[in-house]
Amino acid sequence: MNSSLLLSAATFIYALASVFYIGSFSFKKQAFARLGFWVIVIGLMANTGGILLRWVESYHMGYGHAPFSNMYESLVFFSWTVAALYVFVEIKYTESIIGVFVSPLIFLGIAYASFDPSITSKITPLIPALKSNWLIAHVITCFLGYAGFALAFGFSFMYFIKPKDPEARRLFAKLPDWDTIDELTYQMIVFGFLFLTIGIITGAVWANSAWGKYWSWDPKETWSLITWFIYAIFLHLRLMRGWHGKNLAIVSIIGFLGVMFTYFGVNFLLSGLHSYA
Amino acid sequence: MFFASVKLTIYTLVLLVLTSIIGTVVLQNASPEAYIRLYGPGLYNMIQVLDLDRMYQAWWYLLLMVVLCVNIVVCSIDRLSVTWKIIFPKKLSINPQRFEKTKNRQQFECQLPMDHIASKAKQVIARRAGKVVEKTDEKGLLLYAEKGRWSRLGVYVVHSSVLMLLAGALIGSALGFKANLRLDEGQAADTVFDTHTRLPIKLPFTVRCNDFQVKFYDTGAPDEFKSSLTILENNQESFSEDILVNHPLRYKGINIFQASYGASTPDEALFEITDSETGTIETQTIKNGGVVQLPAGAGTFTFEGFLPHYDFNGHDLGEAFIGRLDTTPGRNIQIALPTKFPTFDKMRKGRFTVEVKSWDHAYYTGLQVTKDPGVPFVYTGFLLMIIGCWVTFFVSHQSVCIGLEQTGSGSTRVWVAGRANRNAQSTNLTVKKLVKELKDVSGK
Repeated sequence: MNSSLLLSAATFIYALASVFYIGSFSFKKQAFARLGFWVIVIGLMANTGGILLRWVESYHMGYGHAPFSNMYESLVFFSWTVAALYVFVEIKYTESIIGVFVSPLIFLGIAYASFDPSITSKITPLIPALKSNWLIAHVITCFLGYAGFALAFGFSFMYFIKPKDPEARRLFAKLPDWDTIDELTYQMIVFGFLFLTIGIITGAVWANSAWGKYWSWDPKETWSLITWFIYAIFLHLRLMRGWHGKNLAIVSIIGFLGVMFTYFGVNFLLSGLHSYA
Repeated sequence: MFFASVKLTIYTLVLLVLTSIIGTVVLQNASPEAYIRLYGPGLYNMIQVLDLDRMYQAWWYLLLMVVLCVNIVVCSIDRLSVTWKIIFPKKLSINPQRFEKTKNRQQFECQLPMDHIASKAKQVIARRAGKVVEKTDEKGLLLYAEKGRWSRLGVYVVHSSVLMLLAGALIGSALGFKANLRLDEGQAADTVFDTHTRLPIKLPFTVRCNDFQVKFYDTGAPDEFKSSLTILENNQESFSEDILVNHPLRYKGINIFQASYGASTPDEALFEITDSETGTIETQTIKNGGVVQLPAGAGTFTFEGFLPHYDFNGHDLGEAFIGRLDTTPGRNIQIALPTKFPTFDKMRKGRFTVEVKSWDHAYYTGLQVTKDPGVPFVYTGFLLMIIGCWVTFFVSHQSVCIGLEQTGSGSTRVWVAGRANRNAQSTNLTVKKLVKELKDVSGK
């Protein structure tokens, strides 16, 4: 048993969960969504096991570091945080079908890590810049933020699928009501916003102790700030201007595009200090 | 009023989003040549006019920040007086009508006389929600409790943290600097050069690099690099400290970071010169800048210098010695001797071939020297921002009210309702729990 085996297993389990959730959505069968939930829980266990095992393996190789050091490891952790947060939300709010757009995101993250040939899954030693206790705090908080936004994105998407027309609504009868979707989206964004804030701050404090500058307008930093601004706009629109529903869902989707660009776009399209992941 | 509107906040934030993108796409802080090569002279003129080459310091970008700050200040002052009255009311008034339309309101009949259930209800609500205020009206008794009034201040904390951060940034850019310093092993310096302006900055002490060490993983990637530094004041050694990446030296408000390293020019090296015509091989130790005679009096060889990165047709061949062959009148060529490729000079196919046999490996350490008196303000801002966000989003001002109305000699109508300025979910939960406990104590 090694970590890559467990993580591949997690990939396929998440794929299965997505199939169940989408099936439940398409065939209007609540039972599929129930099944999907348990499959995600199993996937999450495999994912957790994979990450822990990889951590142990890095010690056996003599490098000994938390598995947050490159694109592969960050994608695996991204799927983990989204899955973990989703499981928590589904238990807390007992709305199962909301996983229909979230479960594919969980699958895509970890699948992209395994299938893109340019992303290496090899355990590599830590470069000097990453040798810091801030690594774990920074990565965990940022990814909790990303996970909150990913869920908010998944929920916002429902505004564009769920029909307003009461006749057609019967087909989607199992989807939660608009108020619940609105509240869930807001809760997830508040959660994401708090953790993105802490993530940016831990990054700044770390940069100050590694490079002597807490802010250098590096593309990664700038884009994380842009994302932060977008969600700040979201919060002001909702709390101060009374926006809700579809219009606000569009802002949430734009925000998630910002997250995606901060996460991937900056690394693939722009160059900067933050070149590991 | 213009500056008190949330609309302005939103437009400013949208503008900040859109303009911030520009700086991640357009090259920043590069030389004019680089811009002309990339964008052509026409576009470069436009970039210069709009300050896009140092966008985040451009006047119009800073103006957006100033507008945001003024907006925050005006909005906060505008609203704080109202919030203050809510948080510190002169007299707490309990208005049962405010609880009438709440979604979480629940009502039930209990078979106990009113004063009996009232004493129990007081205990229940006090345990769940804190200090209880009682009020008797024509209908019966009202029990009111609340918590988290102060949490309404959270949002002001968040906004003041933004001001604190920007104040810190302003102080840093006015009184701080960021500079580079390159020290060979054994070398000392008390002047550094600003990264952007290249102007010299005198430090209040002297830094000496005693030793530099680099460790590699078996993969060849650098594992750790370390400079051993000594701080000298008035020509006296103050203290010594090793610095690594992520472990800087901080002294008298100045921070010294391990940033990079490279091979420094050796003082002397052992060269082997082969004369392909006669087959003579001579080895000589030459000092940097030194000149030696070539075999058979054919000319001279000079050790001219050393490059940490020798560029050969666009390829970085790494460290290389630079020499000059001065043979019979008029023939004078510069040759490069990359240390990774000892036989490199043979490719030149000249009469004399030079090879570097050995030298003392010495390193220089690349240090980044910074001073930023704004950091304490920025860090305070960070702390306030996290605390403020937490309070704003996760603590709410909750109030719950229990109403008791006598409906018969031995029966009472009980209603429970709660309100909150946000996070209705948790208030609903509190109400549910209160109802359950009340039903328990009333024997239902």
